Amino acid sequence: MTFIQLDRLRAPAAETPEAPTTSGATGATLELQITGMHCASCVTRVEEALAAVPGVARASVNLATERAAVALARPVDAERLAEAVRAAGYGARAVSGPVADDAMERERAAELRLLQRRFLAAALLSVPVVLLGNFGMPPLLRGIPMAAQDWIQLAFATPVQLWAGWPFVSGSLLAIRRRTADMNLLVGLGTLTAYLYSVAATVAPDLVRGAGGEAHVYFDTAAVIVTLILLGRMLESRARASTSSAMRRLLDLRPRTARRVVDGVTAEVPLDQVQPGDVLLVRPGEKVPVDGVVLDGRSSVDASMLTGESLPVDVGAGDRVTGATLNQSGSFRMRAEHVGADSVLMQIVRLVQQAQGSKAEVARLADRVAAVFVPIVISIAIAAFVLWFDFGPAPRHTQALLKAVAVLIIACPCALGLATPTALIVGTGRGAELGVLIRGADALEAADGIATVVFDKTGTLTRGRPALTDVVPAAGVEEPRLLAVAASVEQRSEHPLAEAIVRGARERGVALAEPDDFSAVPGRGVVAVLQGRVVALGSPALLAEQGAALGTLDAERERLERAGRTVIAVAENGAALGLLAVADTIKPDAAATVAAMRRSGLEVWMITGDNARTAEAIAGEAGIGPDRVLSQVLPGEKSAKIAGLQQGGRRVAMVGDGINDAPALAQADLGIAMGGGTDIAMEASGITLVRGDLAGVPVALRLARRTMQVIRQNLFWAFIYNTLGIPVAAGVLYLFLRPGGPVGPLFGWQGTLHPMLASLAMALSSVSVVTSSLRLRGFR
Amino acid sequence: MDAVAPIVTVAGIALIAAVNLYFFARPRAVAAAAETGGAQEVRVRVRGGYDPATIEVEAGRPVRLLFLREETAGCSDTVLLPEWGIAQQLPAHVETAVTFTPARPGTYEFTCGMHMLRGSIVVK
Repeated sequence: MTFIQLDRLRAPAAETPEAPTTSGATGATLELQITGMHCASCVTRVEEALAAVPGVARASVNLATERAAVALARPVDAERLAEAVRAAGYGARAVSGPVADDAMERERAAELRLLQRRFLAAALLSVPVVLLGNFGMPPLLRGIPMAAQDWIQLAFATPVQLWAGWPFVSGSLLAIRRRTADMNLLVGLGTLTAYLYSVAATVAPDLVRGAGGEAHVYFDTAAVIVTLILLGRMLESRARASTSSAMRRLLDLRPRTARRVVDGVTAEVPLDQVQPGDVLLVRPGEKVPVDGVVLDGRSSVDASMLTGESLPVDVGAGDRVTGATLNQSGSFRMRAEHVGADSVLMQIVRLVQQAQGSKAEVARLADRVAAVFVPIVISIAIAAFVLWFDFGPAPRHTQALLKAVAVLIIACPCALGLATPTALIVGTGRGAELGVLIRGADALEAADGIATVVFDKTGTLTRGRPALTDVVPAAGVEEPRLLAVAASVEQRSEHPLAEAIVRGARERGVALAEPDDFSAVPGRGVVAVLQGRVVALGSPALLAEQGAALGTLDAERERLERAGRTVIAVAENGAALGLLAVADTIKPDAAATVAAMRRSGLEVWMITGDNARTAEAIAGEAGIGPDRVLSQVLPGEKSAKIAGLQQGGRRVAMVGDGINDAPALAQADLGIAMGGGTDIAMEASGITLVRGDLAGVPVALRLARRTMQVIRQNLFWAFIYNTLGIPVAAGVLYLFLRPGGPVGPLFGWQGTLHPMLASLAMALSSVSVVTSSLRLRGFR
Repeated sequence: MDAVAPIVTVAGIALIAAVNLYFFARPRAVAAAAETGGAQEVRVRVRGGYDPATIEVEAGRPVRLLFLREETAGCSDTVLLPEWGIAQQLPAHVETAVTFTPARPGTYEFTCGMHMLRGSIVVK
């Protein structure tokens, strides 16, 4: 054994910042890495040394993980604690970061190593047992009597059963004591039956014969079953470890340290010591330690690890940066805002973790079956024994015994149990890598039958902010002059339309001047004096008041308004200079995404508060027909509109981003929240897209369907495996394939299954379920 | 058929009945929560199962379950409480706290990561 069992950790576990659903002791807890401990008494000594430090409430040391968790009554420097441990003769250093994960990793690795050792020992010791059991003594040793051969087998098979197979034996004892039947009980009963019968046949052959049995030994059966099932467990536990590799990669993204700037001095501190409000320095090539705002400096940041977005984003003062993203070219200072569990990365991790703990409707039957599985299998095994004993061919003792053992061994509740969670873990993990956060099994199930997808307009189909789309100068006016006049005046305005005009002018390289006088005419526009001339800018009505007629431009105005644009007329000294049109523009990938979704058979709708004309114009650009547009919908009515679409049993997905979308997201069968959206929208949705582009929507739907497909296949195979395997092991086929039966032997096979073959089938069944789930890792 | 067969048959039927009675009609170890610092606290040992497997708590007040996993083997390294969306890893030989507040009365299941080990929380 690698571990000395220690039941000594009395203190509640350390508060793990990455697991907000749990909480440990009140008060701070520090973690120390301890080295040089060999035994339980070392643990006591280290604990005592730590407890003697003033301010320590409790100290608990785990020998297996070599960690000390120290609960503090008041702040104590970690170095002080390490000093106390070193004074007691052990090594110590303060550690930060994901204690639980590291500990779990080591535990799993150690467990796997132990399993490998057990398997290897079982395999080696089984070889002589199998050879002796099937071929007898090698020629050189032929002189040794049969009885002695059985004793030799006993000598080799015993360590296989009682050391390598100890998990099954001890698990069985525990199951019997607890009255909870599990997998170990099946394997334990199966192998012990074969082993103990053989021991009896070896030690007291006359007694066995006297009871009507044959003094034949089945040490090879017991040893091979133990070996193969250990092999299966080893493979399964390896495969299981890789199911959560996506999650581990996410956690590994966290930097270990940050450079904190205090009074102009920069010092490297462990990440968990960073507090909101701290000023941090991020140098080129380093990871952004936590979520926050850039104070000064410029750089570009690669966020692909979090969002899948391949292009780096330029950041400067005032821009938000996300922890765990990679700073590329420049260095900058930032103010920490969200740390630990509040950070975007940990929210992602939490969402993925929670998905694993969600309820899957599809697995309900499997869960019910698994709960009653083991006692029922034991009953079938006993029934098989009785029937073979009463009606089977000779030698009936051993035939009956082998059938019962085969039934116990072939049954695999693990395959049923593993079918759903492994697929969930791999599917949601792969989703996280692609920027698709799936909240749980219910979201997967909801996504599966979606026929209709409703997009919110603003911020989802469109960029969510107006942009300058058209510049129509009057006859004899140059386009740059129209823009320069309009944008110069609009610089003073804070209206979103004004911002769009100024931004549009800057993007077109137009130089702006400062207006001398500026006044807003509420609801109409603005009037200003620019370089001595009176400029009016706003609705056509405002221009009429200024004595400027649109003339031939009026037809243009009508055309633009029909296209859903907001038209702004510009006049200078009473003469019309031209028209500007502003509109919320659709995202560049909107049309392609909608087309792809329609091709895959989805009905695509758009919902918006805009008037029908604007709405239909935008929808048209995205490739959504006017009959699929829900316009002039007040925020409070969105969920009612979704409910309307759901009538007649249609399953509807809603894609949105804002707080006002939350009721509609919750009403829909599946809510999909767009990246950068609000927390409330995320809470209300089954799927969250980290990235802002629409291409994530079809990816999310496909991934959900694929994951559900794998879950269904897994469950199907697990059920089929058990429903076919158990009767075959019980020997049902013998009724047909026995010599002289209705069918007769098939290629010499009489329809019975040796327990050794049963153990091979069982070992492969749970491995194959996990392997099937791992296919989702390759999803694109 | 001979004289032994009826004996084996009767013994087998009796054994089947005994096995099912033993595992299905077991008295559930029920633990009621103790009050600690405003939360209803229950210690649960994890070793080839959950002990106690049935936990009684009151609705509307926070519950803290302290899981102590006394094994390194098996699938017990994660405990799932689907009703509250909790998937918590349980390192061996340390107590791990899981906190939640049950809103409605009812019986809710908690299981290991592979849904093999089971326990239930009875909210009153």
